[in-house]
Amino acid sequence: MASDPAFRLEKFPIGIASVGLGEIERRIPADEPPALRPNAELSVIGKRIPRQNALGKVTGATRFTVDVALPGMLYGRILRSASPHARIRALDLSAAVRHPEVRASLAIARPGDPASGIVRYVGAPIAAIAATSIAAAKEATALIRVDVQPLPFVVDMDAAKAPGAAIVHDEGSAPDGHPSGWPSPAGLPIEGNVRGPAASSRGDAAKGLAEAEIVVEGEYRTQTQTHCCLEPHAIVADWRDDGLTVYMSTQFTAGVREQLAEEFGLPLENVRVIVDGMGGGFGSKSSLGNYGRIAVALSRQAGAPVRIALERGEEQIDAGNRPKTWQRLRIGARRDGTLTAISLQSYGSAGVALGAGVGFFAQGLYACPNFESSQYDVFINAGPGCAMRGPGNTPGAFAMEQAIDELAERLGLDPLALRERIDPSPARREERRLGALRIGWERRRAPGADAGPVKRGLGVAQSLWGANVQTRSSCEVRVNRDGAIEILSGVQDIGTGVGTVMAQTVAEVFGLRSEDVVVRIGDTAFPPGPPSYGSRTTASITPPARVAAWRALQALLREAALLLNVGADDLVAREGRIAVRGDPSRGLALREAAMRMSVDRISATASRSDDYGGFRRRMPDAAIADQDLGGVQFAEVAVDAETGIVRVERVVAAQDCGRPMNPLLIESQVQGGVLMGLSYALYEQRILDAASGRMVNPNLEQYKLAGPRETPAIDVVLLENYRANSATDAYGIAEPSNIATAPAIANAIYNAIGVRLRSLPMTPAAILQALGKIDKRG
Amino acid sequence: MKRQDRPLHHGKRNAPRRDGAAPSSRGARSGLSRRSFLEFSTLTAAQAAIAGVAQGTESAMAQDANAAAPPDAVPVTLSVNGVERPLRVEPRTTLAEALRGPLGLTGVKIACNRGACSACTVWLDGAPVCSCMTLAIEVGARKVVTIEGLAKGETLHAVQAAFISHDAVQCGFCTPGLIMSCAALLERNPNPSASDVELAISGHLCRCGAYPHVVAATLAAAERRRG
Repeated sequence: MASDPAFRLEKFPIGIASVGLGEIERRIPADEPPALRPNAELSVIGKRIPRQNALGKVTGATRFTVDVALPGMLYGRILRSASPHARIRALDLSAAVRHPEVRASLAIARPGDPASGIVRYVGAPIAAIAATSIAAAKEATALIRVDVQPLPFVVDMDAAKAPGAAIVHDEGSAPDGHPSGWPSPAGLPIEGNVRGPAASSRGDAAKGLAEAEIVVEGEYRTQTQTHCCLEPHAIVADWRDDGLTVYMSTQFTAGVREQLAEEFGLPLENVRVIVDGMGGGFGSKSSLGNYGRIAVALSRQAGAPVRIALERGEEQIDAGNRPKTWQRLRIGARRDGTLTAISLQSYGSAGVALGAGVGFFAQGLYACPNFESSQYDVFINAGPGCAMRGPGNTPGAFAMEQAIDELAERLGLDPLALRERIDPSPARREERRLGALRIGWERRRAPGADAGPVKRGLGVAQSLWGANVQTRSSCEVRVNRDGAIEILSGVQDIGTGVGTVMAQTVAEVFGLRSEDVVVRIGDTAFPPGPPSYGSRTTASITPPARVAAWRALQALLREAALLLNVGADDLVAREGRIAVRGDPSRGLALREAAMRMSVDRISATASRSDDYGGFRRRMPDAAIADQDLGGVQFAEVAVDAETGIVRVERVVAAQDCGRPMNPLLIESQVQGGVLMGLSYALYEQRILDAASGRMVNPNLEQYKLAGPRETPAIDVVLLENYRANSATDAYGIAEPSNIATAPAIANAIYNAIGVRLRSLPMTPAAILQALGKIDKRG
Repeated sequence: MKRQDRPLHHGKRNAPRRDGAAPSSRGARSGLSRRSFLEFSTLTAAQAAIAGVAQGTESAMAQDANAAAPPDAVPVTLSVNGVERPLRVEPRTTLAEALRGPLGLTGVKIACNRGACSACTVWLDGAPVCSCMTLAIEVGARKVVTIEGLAKGETLHAVQAAFISHDAVQCGFCTPGLIMSCAALLERNPNPSASDVELAISGHLCRCGAYPHVVAATLAAAERRRG
């Protein structure tokens, strides 16, 4: 094997830097670069480098999709259902199309059509208009006549489960399978509004529970959370005879392009998707979406570009959401803490869609021989859910990590000590150690220890997320004759700063500064990049970036070797120069080498190769690496027992993203994950009115987000965890940083007041109810 | 459509807050391939129908001369970033719309369009206001400064520079508004505390969660300006 010329052996650093690094030999493709040394030995990677595209963002120059204005551009507007469930009896667009400024119209819900003739949630698209101004489009939309026959509806999950409930889907309309909030596979039975179970098991959970010396059991509820991207979902579609160009606020340019080609019957090369500034997605901008499809159809009809940007109210009702869940957990253990069984049942609702499972958290986090789960989706007449930052595992963690906290108390163990016994992850072991030091865990007291009205507490919770990789992920590195080094990929920067990380990767290879590398991304004219979801972008794009850069450098070194009359193998690129190894005086500026090369441009394109250590699971375009991404978060809270107000004073987030490529940017992202988790824990909630089916808080003032004054001190503790898996060994951080926050806060609240809250959000009213100070309501 | 059917502005307007704080209303999955993801994401019948529907729909060029004419635009002159900008706007046009549309200042962002998020913050005579809550015709002679007018030529305002170095920017959509509020704070309080900064940006929403770095950046900018 070792003699196969396509491969060679390389020694890689492996292990957690703060614990101690070892070395491991890996067989790697022969045309990939040598092992990357640990961060301490590097000059650009691992450094706190400000993001390259920040200048445009602080001056207002960055062009977001909502800022794209093309000549002759029209404005699209969608007429949405005011009914939660209705049959469209008649749809009359004639008055609307007579509006002098209207240029195109679209009937979406067509009377009599079994597929589209029934709307199933408030906000479902019925028709659409394109006009010369947004005001005109709104006027024309108001002229559309819709005759609807109201149908029975249900927006409450518990009511939807009950016998005799209004039925949301008929046989043909129910979706079948959904990726987010796994598991929700295709082909499961539907009875009434309940679909499932998606079942999973190992060992014998009933036997494990019978053998347990202690069983903790609890029911948990989590609410529907909406994404609330500050930039709305937006698209400018420009359909022309020679092709379709789409500007879109998207998390996946390459995926949207393929979707457009397929749905509109266009050759792939005639479709181009572009995104520059991208104002947040969090899972909700992963695909084309109904508004995107509508804009393209309107543009094709009008023969002019069409912009659709959703308004805030539309964002809240038809742009995705994190499904609500109900979970029942039973955990059996021996007196020493060893787990004997975990049994999980869940019901969740993603509205008319699927994907309301609670993930692989309960079965994956802790060592336990016996496990069983049954997860059900419940349809209600509400807008479709979709992936949202850690789908499935985030609600799953809220239940499981509270149950473990409760188990620790029943066993008389410290919550960290119990986890030492049942959590095999070396990464989380080190995170618990570092995080406990940072928060001052030894200060933790018995639950409800404060006698006064303000009660303080400390809590901890862990997270689990797959180390995802998009194997279909490519980029090109160019050395131009003017000396410019460019990296090009379709990958998009949704606010993570991935372009800067790519520049760092290339700069490290060429011995340059990251700002010397020109980054061109967010355009499908470049090699297809990975999606920015599933916390996979960095893991997917930085290895091919380093591979492509290394190949391009080898070509440049061959050119320089001719100029310097030495062997290319004797040359190194450092600090902007190419010089003979060990004799820096013999060399030339890298820029000069480029200007004197025999070709106009050196170009190398690379795709993500398989993890050197192999994947745990392989799919057509994606894979999961062998070691999960774990995190441990600690929260310190002060609960006012008279007002019920919870103040989170401090969060310590100890996280693992493999090799941290840029701690400054990672810190930003972790702070964001913690804040979104805090907001989920205490404030956010989509409220649907059972009588009308409408969302009563479809805005940003009654749908409450954590703001600057609710923000705690957030300490980020980053592991350097080398896995010897790729040319960069880097992984993502977006979702891992979000999952543990809500249960850590819940456990801290329990520690403060001595009463456990098992339902989100943990509002002042919920706190006062838990303390028995006000009556439970509805 | 009759003129009175058209909603006006829900009474939305606001003056700069007396405390000078930012204006507000008070004043990513695992285990699936890309392809299977796309298949799943194109499920609903109504959505799938759209691509095909358009071909069967007649072109909708409007011909009816009886349809409502646009209302009379009124002339206004806005002083924006030190330049007098005459333009004609409909009375219902908000300052945010006027700045983003005819004046092309798209650094002004609209995220909620009702004063709940402060993304649209600009200065009116030096005070931060929500431009989505201000009608263009009520600006009068007051001087408007937008994010595009904050830097002096190539020299960034200290807050802008600190936002870059402290990574107070993630997706960047709320950033211009935040910077206008933080820069206004430093004009009225050159030596703010962290809680002063938090109060000044309390009406702003940042879904990426950049607040800790925004506070750190603003304090650093204040320190730099004090020298």
